[in-house]
Amino acid sequence: MSRHQAVRNMDYQDELDDYEGYSEEEDELSPEDRALMEQGKAAVRAALATSASRVTTAQIEEALWHYYYDVDKTVAYLISKFIDPPKTQKPSLTPCQGLEFVRQTSLATGNTFGSGGCLSGYFRGMPWGNIPEHRKALLIPPPQPRGGLLGGSAKMSKLQQLAAARKKKAEEKEAQDKIEQTRSQMKDLSVSSSATKENSPLAGAFGKRLKTSESTAKGRNPLEDGERTRPEAMEQPLAKITNEQEMAIDPVQEISVPETPSPRVGPSPFAQTLFGSSSDSPKRKIREFFPLPYMEIAPSALDAFSNPSPDDVVLTAQSKAGKKQSDATGKKNKKKTDSSADGVTNGVGALKIEDAPLPKSKNLDVLSEFHSSNSKKTASFVVVGHVDAGKSTMMGRLLLDLGVVDQRTVDKLRQEADKIGKKSFALAWVLDQRTEERSRGVTIDIATNRFETDKTSFTILDAPGHQDFIPNMIAGASQADFAILVIDASTGAFESGLKGQTREHSLLIRSMGVSRIIVAVNKLDTVGWSKERFDEIRNQVSGFLSATGFQSKNISFVPVSGLHGDNLVRKSPDPAASWYTGDTLVEELENSEPSARALAKPLRMTIAEVFRSTQNPLSIAGRLDAGSLQMGDAILVQPSGEKAYIKSLQVDDAPADWAVAGQNVVLHLSNIDPIHVRLGDIVCDPAKPIQCVDMFTLKALAFDFLMPMQVDVHRGRLHAAGRIEAIPGLLDKVTGAVTKKKPKIVKPASVARIVVKLEAKVPLEAGQRVVLRSSGETVAAGLLE
Amino acid sequence: MRLLSPKKQTLDAIDPETGVALLPVEPEDMWHANNLIAIEDIVKAHAVRRVVQETSTGSVSSERIHIDLFIKVTSTFFDPAASALHVSGRVCRENSFVSVGQYHTLDLELNRQFTIWKEHGWDSIALQTLSEAVTDDKPEALVAIVMQEGLANICLITDFQTLIKQRVESSIPKKRSSAKDTAGGMANFYEKTLSTMLRAVDFNNPRPLLLASPGFVAQDFRTYMQTEGAKRADKKLQRIARDAVVVHSSTGYVHSLNEILKSPEVQATMRDKRYTSETSLMDQFYERLRKDDGRAWYGVKPVEKAVAEGAVGRGGGVLLINNAFFRSLDIPTRKKFVALVDKVKEDGGEAKVLSSDHESGQRLDALGGIAAILTYPIFELDEDEEDDEDGGEEGRLGSEGETTVI
Repeated sequence: MSRHQAVRNMDYQDELDDYEGYSEEEDELSPEDRALMEQGKAAVRAALATSASRVTTAQIEEALWHYYYDVDKTVAYLISKFIDPPKTQKPSLTPCQGLEFVRQTSLATGNTFGSGGCLSGYFRGMPWGNIPEHRKALLIPPPQPRGGLLGGSAKMSKLQQLAAARKKKAEEKEAQDKIEQTRSQMKDLSVSSSATKENSPLAGAFGKRLKTSESTAKGRNPLEDGERTRPEAMEQPLAKITNEQEMAIDPVQEISVPETPSPRVGPSPFAQTLFGSSSDSPKRKIREFFPLPYMEIAPSALDAFSNPSPDDVVLTAQSKAGKKQSDATGKKNKKKTDSSADGVTNGVGALKIEDAPLPKSKNLDVLSEFHSSNSKKTASFVVVGHVDAGKSTMMGRLLLDLGVVDQRTVDKLRQEADKIGKKSFALAWVLDQRTEERSRGVTIDIATNRFETDKTSFTILDAPGHQDFIPNMIAGASQADFAILVIDASTGAFESGLKGQTREHSLLIRSMGVSRIIVAVNKLDTVGWSKERFDEIRNQVSGFLSATGFQSKNISFVPVSGLHGDNLVRKSPDPAASWYTGDTLVEELENSEPSARALAKPLRMTIAEVFRSTQNPLSIAGRLDAGSLQMGDAILVQPSGEKAYIKSLQVDDAPADWAVAGQNVVLHLSNIDPIHVRLGDIVCDPAKPIQCVDMFTLKALAFDFLMPMQVDVHRGRLHAAGRIEAIPGLLDKVTGAVTKKKPKIVKPASVARIVVKLEAKVPLEAGQRVVLRSSGETVAAGLLE
Repeated sequence: MRLLSPKKQTLDAIDPETGVALLPVEPEDMWHANNLIAIEDIVKAHAVRRVVQETSTGSVSSERIHIDLFIKVTSTFFDPAASALHVSGRVCRENSFVSVGQYHTLDLELNRQFTIWKEHGWDSIALQTLSEAVTDDKPEALVAIVMQEGLANICLITDFQTLIKQRVESSIPKKRSSAKDTAGGMANFYEKTLSTMLRAVDFNNPRPLLLASPGFVAQDFRTYMQTEGAKRADKKLQRIARDAVVVHSSTGYVHSLNEILKSPEVQATMRDKRYTSETSLMDQFYERLRKDDGRAWYGVKPVEKAVAEGAVGRGGGVLLINNAFFRSLDIPTRKKFVALVDKVKEDGGEAKVLSSDHESGQRLDALGGIAAILTYPIFELDEDEEDDEDGGEEGRLGSEGETTVI
């Protein structure tokens, strides 16, 4: 229970106490009064004679008190009231009670009139029971503007009002939030405050009122009756009440024992000042419950209100718009009638759409927009190589030299790196931002960054070199147009790298479809820019790369120093490196032509990143593998099969209306729950969705022995466990003809058709490139058939 | 499992008439019972059956009665997660409530005895299973958490089964959303994994815990457990963290358990455990297969031929066979495989029945459930039966129903 509720509950209690205290105060008699009372009682009993047994002592006392010990009036009253009651009388309603009742109602309805003490004048001498019609009409409450404390209580001092208003203001918001609970409780309260005084069966009738229009009339009447405002309305139900009550309830008991423990009275001004909120909310609630317009309507017309009034509709709409009150209002209307509930539901449906409008599509012809736009070439490249070859540091240096990262940032990073004794890692920290990456000095996940040259806008994908993070490297390579293979030229490092990830990475990028590779021979400064070393490495690596399947025209070599930035953006100033006259790394990058894009194909995008941003709770990033998209498009996320809408999108960190294959985009999604979007999922066109499969046939190039065994299947970020189910045949490398059916085992470097079964369904389709790994090693790569 | 012998029978001398009465006492006994109870066996066990009785006036009353039923098994269903075994069959001995031929499914319960009669006698495999089942010397189950960023598989490795107790998946925000998010995501993931582990596995008796992952996830998780234990002043958690062994695996998927079980750390501590020996046997087999020296063969037909030739015999011959083979097969096929095993033993070779609920068994399953290392090379074992196997292969793939092939 919230504190607010607690306060309110306590408040009711207080109100209750307050009320009782008030009564006691009134009833407390001075000795003289008591003497008068005794006398009066005796006189009255004598006057009533035999009928005295039909009146209780308490009733006599009450009557005496209110007629100020005037025995005649009391007797007349008691006779008319109790002994010989006309049909429409309310026997239990002694003047005092009536008085209190009015006071209480007035409090509950927003202090419409002054409280009990002041009102007593109105009723003095009034015969309670047969109230002439014209007199009843006297007490129509003045129409009252909506809103907090405007009614004001006569008992409230200005200071109190001020305090109450302040209190109310402070707690109004809270009250709003709790409005629904409040309302339900207030409903009880309003029923009990009006109806319990009269009798409990009425409360029942009151409850039933919600169902039919007839009962609506009944239910509304008690209140009007309580306020003595609508005689016509009162007539019939009251008769019923009286009958029921005569049978069921002993008046005395009713007076003395408050049957329901629920709060039934408005708080004293003091309590209001103290606990403003609760007394505020009841007032408001009740007014909403018995909207003013109904007061003016004859009961015959009540049927017309089985449907929500225009005001209600407006209120509903307003509260819907405000969202907060929606439930409460909905509830209220539902309570009125079923049909109104339907109406509200419809209204809610309509309003909801307004609330969260689907992103508007500009309905662009993206492809023609793309061709007409003279934007720069975009290309992305992945930086691969053996662990500790200096990939991240080199990219950090590149970004610094190109001015993407300023010196200040690097200095700050250097300081931080110095603190944990890894000063030389400062440049790598530009890309390695995770705490684990920094503390361990190892890139763990793909880092993306961007820079532009005059001709092209590049996206860097800095891949981890460590063997354990090859799945991440595969994810990066799948987004790349070409690759930079970084090789550590220092003694021993190159050799170990060639056995390690230098080999595996180049195999992987080739099998991911990357054909252009730039080999950056790094750390040449540590071997004094030795040309011999460079040539040695060049010979070995180019031989190896050709064997892997790279064409020699697509391979270029650049001697660089990643730490110092030599031959990255600028030529090396070191005289020892003057033998190199070729292009710098950036120039080589610019010379590279990105591969052709599958623009006209259906949309496919592998989700590489999922994150929350300030603009949107769910954003995804990745490269469009095929097709195009624009703002407002509906997309389908596979394998979850959930639809989402593109609220907005960014291409290369700049807002855009559309994007085409090959671009790295950030999509801000709407209308989808984040649990349906995971890394490696595929975004596709709902009209041409990608299928989810758990079994596929693969034309694979084996890097290792293949046999029926368990493998990990990688495709971009997608990483799934599966196993080789069958090997239908060995294929000829050139012609693709089956050379051996059902081989027991596939030897390395041979091509085979294999059937892979996955543990779960994943989105895959023919023509995609997948990599199979087993026990931490790449065993095969191939094309889906 | 306890052997209750009404006529003082021992494992060596089972009286087929008396039947073997067994009392399962721990959940894993259900797994043994599943291996023991074959189709067409007769099982007597306690059953609750609803009996509908119609009185002479036509009014119908139904009540649940507790009776012992004899059924002839038609199928079994084992739920590894709950360690529950349901044995279905037809009642074969009448009593006052049930007539012969009615179907009933017995739910075998812990600490309630059941009795098995084998129509076709107790063969060597059945006897071996029985002796494994009733042995008292059982090592503590090993808990292994195979994890990678955002994925953790919590497994319980007993002598005969690898139970995946729980799989924890959590999405880790990636780099772009700033490093802080990723760190927070990892912390959430560790917390989730830890609470899941403590819920899924009972650590009241100290038991070995293996943490395996690529990269630093397992190490970090252990550190997390330590700090968490210190923070909560939880002695038990501190002890678990201290005793945990961190090993390297290439992925967070369950099949990486193979790598884990053959890692030196595990071998050192758990050398004598059955599953490590099974894993190393599978590795030996794969090694032979890679060499392609004609001494490693898999698949039913080549292995049958090799065994028939006596190639799986003394001096290194090993027959690996999945116990799933003996569980669900019809009697003639079962007899064929039992004969195969007996033949290898006769020849002096080693016949290993691998548990299909272990990782090694699943690797074997990928190879068709049966494999053999031969004592001498035989080539071209697979030459002439290609056509036959094509049919068989298709039948097998087809039977898997819900797979989608592209």
